[in-house]
Amino acid sequence: MDARTLLEQLFPAGHDVRFDGAFFHGSGRSGTTDIAVIGTVDAAPIGVELALALAGAVLDTVRRHPGRPILLAVDTAGQRLSHRDELLGINGYMAHLAKCLTLARNRGHKVLGLVYSKAVSGGFLASSLLADACHALPGAEVMVMNLPAMARVTKIPLEKLQDLSRSSPVFAPGVANYVAMGAVESVWQGNLAEALAAALAGMPQHDRRRELGEARGGRRLARPVAARVRSDALA
Amino acid sequence: MNAHRHSYYEAGARERLHGLLDAGSFRELLGPAERMTSPHLPPLDAPVAFDDGVVVGRGRLAGRSVLAGAQEGGFNGGAVGEVHGAKLTGLLERALDERPAAVLLLVESGGVRLHEANAGLIAVSEVMRAVLAVRSAGIPVLVLDGGQFGCFGGMGIVARCCDAIVISEEGRLGLSGPEVIETTCGVEEFDSRDRALVWRTVGGKHRYLLGEADVLVADDIGAFREAAIRLLDTVPDLSLDALDAEHGRLAARLERFGTCRDALDIWSALGIGQPARLPLLDTDEFLTATADRRA
Repeated sequence: MDARTLLEQLFPAGHDVRFDGAFFHGSGRSGTTDIAVIGTVDAAPIGVELALALAGAVLDTVRRHPGRPILLAVDTAGQRLSHRDELLGINGYMAHLAKCLTLARNRGHKVLGLVYSKAVSGGFLASSLLADACHALPGAEVMVMNLPAMARVTKIPLEKLQDLSRSSPVFAPGVANYVAMGAVESVWQGNLAEALAAALAGMPQHDRRRELGEARGGRRLARPVAARVRSDALA
Repeated sequence: MNAHRHSYYEAGARERLHGLLDAGSFRELLGPAERMTSPHLPPLDAPVAFDDGVVVGRGRLAGRSVLAGAQEGGFNGGAVGEVHGAKLTGLLERALDERPAAVLLLVESGGVRLHEANAGLIAVSEVMRAVLAVRSAGIPVLVLDGGQFGCFGGMGIVARCCDAIVISEEGRLGLSGPEVIETTCGVEEFDSRDRALVWRTVGGKHRYLLGEADVLVADDIGAFREAAIRLLDTVPDLSLDALDAEHGRLAARLERFGTCRDALDIWSALGIGQPARLPLLDTDEFLTATADRRA
């Protein structure tokens, strides 16, 4: 789904989102609640400028609209791969975005992620994966790397990866895999405005993705391992 | 050169922890005897490690209680999988209960472990959330970066989510490694075999000059220890003012250096004379030559 259609369906009562290249920012009304909307289009690679623009929109929301829920709708093919981005410290720009989202969370803003088209690797990590809860549309693509590329890098035969990916959610692309592992809370079907309102009403109070991953069977060790390291007695 | 220097670069994760913390003070959590290995590697015929490539526990630094985690580059380049990431997240969350003086992260990682890519990516996001929760609770998280594999991928973002980074000249910090960029975009974009280019782009000296790393030290565990002790009283600041200021600095960096083609251009723009000599200087000479010239 393209971003303009998405926004129309999420906010039938209207929105004032403005597009600036691959970046967009504005607000929409869900029921009686105004929501800040921050996102990207066209599977934008997240480079230093885009990460800074996203962070700026978060800071702007915190400053001008205290407490307003934030919807991240980031369409990204991943982090921008370039010598220049590395030279300028792209990881610092992405971390800045993460800190700004933490500031918003600490000040009582709910942060919701919606993968409406594509979410890949570092671009996903620096955006929707930092939301309190991340949801996805049914046709969305979510991945770290496609299987042919993974086969090349790991030197594992593609057939073997394809075989295993039928029974394991742990490395292969796909929204369903991220649902099984708890990182995508739900896939929105039907009326998107209603799905948004329901998601806002049911926001988790803490990072519960490990619990979901365990309950859904896609990630059985993350929760118990973290819990043991947190609580085991030490001499 | 100091005759007693103990290379951080050459050491393994446990050796670094033992050298860094007060003698004999380190106690490991969920250690190798527990055999908490990755369940995702055997189906791909890949070997496992009894600690999944990361050592976590508690120790003392200058007499003060700290929690510490060290990634082992010798296992899959320190790559993050489900168990590895959960150990780091659990360590950070333990800090919320114990309130140590600081959490130390001895990073060495190529990023997400591809054999369990989805679990690894999610795990890194959980580590990021946990780092920022610990800092929000007023406990500093300090990063030490000087291992053979550097600190890349999601761990490069994690490192910059922390309060301060201590780096050696040998340390590297970035997001996409030079090999990844070359493989994807071609050798014209980034020649990963041009070692001088790689080091001046992602190496400790440039990171320090750019303001991405806070302290530059020699490749010596003792030097890392001294730097970490000096940072123990860091007060985390994730306030709107602090992030506005960071936003301004990052915007100014793009404004000032956005058209630079090479680290040498940036060093020139910083007003450093004869920038081409910087890679040749030892740490002390470098710090003298660049004093007051950092971005």
